[in-house]
Amino acid sequence: MTALLSTAGIAKAFGGVQALDDCSVEVQEASITGLIGPNGSGKTTLFNVITGYERPDAGQVQFAGRDITGYAPQRVFAAGIGRTFQLTRIFPRLTVLENMIVAAQHTGDGSRRFRNPLARAGGAADRRRAMELLDFTGIAAHAGKLAGTLSYGQRKLLELSYVLVADPAIVLLDEPAGGVNPSLVNQLSQRIRELNAAGKTFLIVEHNMEFVMGLCHHIAVLDYGTVVAAGPPSDIRDDPRVLDAYLGTAEDDDEPAA
Amino acid sequence: MTGQASPPAGQAAAAGARHRKSVGWPAGRAAQAGLIVLALVAVVIFPLAFTNQQVSTIAFLTLIFVCAAVAWNLFSGYSGYISLGHAVFFGSGAYAAGIAARDWHITGTAEFALLPFAAVVAALIAVPFGLVALRVRRHTFVVITIAIFFIFQLMAFNLTGLTNGTIGLNAPFLLWDPVSFDQRFYYMALVLALGTVAISWLIKGSRFGLQLRAIRDDEDRAASLGVRAMPVKLTAFVISGGITGLAGALWFFFINQVLPQSGFDPLFDLTVALMAFLGGLGTVTGPMLGALIIEPAQQYLTTQFSNSYLSQILLGALFLAVVLFLPRGLIPTVAAKGSGWLEQRRGRQDVPATGEDGDGGADGTDAGIGSPAEAGTSAAADAGSGDTSAPAATSKGPAS
Repeated sequence: MTALLSTAGIAKAFGGVQALDDCSVEVQEASITGLIGPNGSGKTTLFNVITGYERPDAGQVQFAGRDITGYAPQRVFAAGIGRTFQLTRIFPRLTVLENMIVAAQHTGDGSRRFRNPLARAGGAADRRRAMELLDFTGIAAHAGKLAGTLSYGQRKLLELSYVLVADPAIVLLDEPAGGVNPSLVNQLSQRIRELNAAGKTFLIVEHNMEFVMGLCHHIAVLDYGTVVAAGPPSDIRDDPRVLDAYLGTAEDDDEPAA
Repeated sequence: MTGQASPPAGQAAAAGARHRKSVGWPAGRAAQAGLIVLALVAVVIFPLAFTNQQVSTIAFLTLIFVCAAVAWNLFSGYSGYISLGHAVFFGSGAYAAGIAARDWHITGTAEFALLPFAAVVAALIAVPFGLVALRVRRHTFVVITIAIFFIFQLMAFNLTGLTNGTIGLNAPFLLWDPVSFDQRFYYMALVLALGTVAISWLIKGSRFGLQLRAIRDDEDRAASLGVRAMPVKLTAFVISGGITGLAGALWFFFINQVLPQSGFDPLFDLTVALMAFLGGLGTVTGPMLGALIIEPAQQYLTTQFSNSYLSQILLGALFLAVVLFLPRGLIPTVAAKGSGWLEQRRGRQDVPATGEDGDGGADGTDAGIGSPAEAGTSAAADAGSGDTSAPAATSKGPAS
């Protein structure tokens, strides 16, 4: 097993708040790894550091044997790390299909070195691939609609779809199940499993324990910006440190785990 | 890899959508094409039918504003960066033509060779202008464009060696009789306006246009997906500025004189923006429609009441009214109303079917995600007009 993505000793402070402190996480290739922890434990900050939205104060991010620390978001994306946001970031006044084509900057028709800028957006190859992915996530029927008219759950599916357009090696999902109705959550985890079976790696931040425990091969637990436990779901479920992190204990009050 | 996993249900849904489109389109397309041909014939014979100078002057100025509003929109409308400094390009185009004609002793019809020169000058000015202004967003961008606009107006007033200061510049004299003078200028402006609309249309459907519209919706997200935001924005700004400069030069040749306050006119900025807002920001035809409504009205009021303040007050009132009551503009509002009416008439009320999360199959946890959406569409297609919403609504209930 090799780690496709790993962070080593990441630290990040916002003013006096130490959001991440010596945070080291490993994501094995072709795994589904979960990242859990209480609110404010630094999960989204870690995502931001990995994907280039925040610069870490210390530590390294390694991806596929390369040091990608401090890369700008577009370089991280081009390198093969796709990411969705907790509050979905789609393009509301573009159609669903256009959203997909925007994400195809580096693939298919978009990857040619010289191209006619006035050519119609999205060549046949891009469109076919986009429709395949929309079919796969189940929102193909809405391809011609403005993305802003989609429901919350559909937006999450759209964001996942357009991140997949670029065929990233790893997909980081920030609370994919948050605010999505239960039947759609099941369909979502089904799709993630299928993609994983085809070799795609996932790193997932999620509060829905059922979703995480059922889906992930490996789970890392963050608390106060540092990893307090890591292992397969069965171990994590019963780990006292995890229960501490979520429920708190009498001794927990004096000092955060450093 | 993902293709084979897609359920056939999804394809059926896509086919359904395609089928639905084919029902209404051919008639609509033909009507649209007919309207365009009719409009083209009308604008071509217009100056032959109306030779009254007052009318032809208004017609020419309207075309100049169609050109300016569409050019403004192809940057500001598509990218969402509202520029209130486009008079910089209009004035620079006029002054570039005027200064070149004076210094290079260009007379008569040779002046029209200066039109591309004016466009290039305006486009070149757009480069540093854009590099400064496009570093900031939204309201700050608007303020910067206004500031840069006033810098240019002040330069026109004060660089007297170059611009003749308050005296302004005169265009070369043309030996054309008044009627053919207006007609020729009308046709030149018409070509320019139609060309601008064509460019705007090409850009909107292009990859470049899609990048611009993605920047409008979420610039950071677009950048993270590999859209190079600054070059894209700057290119649109330069194209828009160049066309506006060309329009400015043609306007100058027609009016025969440019002054600092007429070339660099703050009202120009507001008027052009209002035209686009009224017709529909970011649409191809909206700004054109806005210009066709506002410019003749403004000119008419000015000539009727010999008091330009009245038209300015009305312009301001119209701006307020548009922002308050028609924020999306005429074209999108009418289009939405029209398609809503068509949907109702056909009894295809998509609204309840699409409002759901694709959760039509209440307990269909393992069902392909495509199927609920398809179920929604087929239900809408099968059911009669009235009871369409009922099954969709009930299927939504237990799931969510």
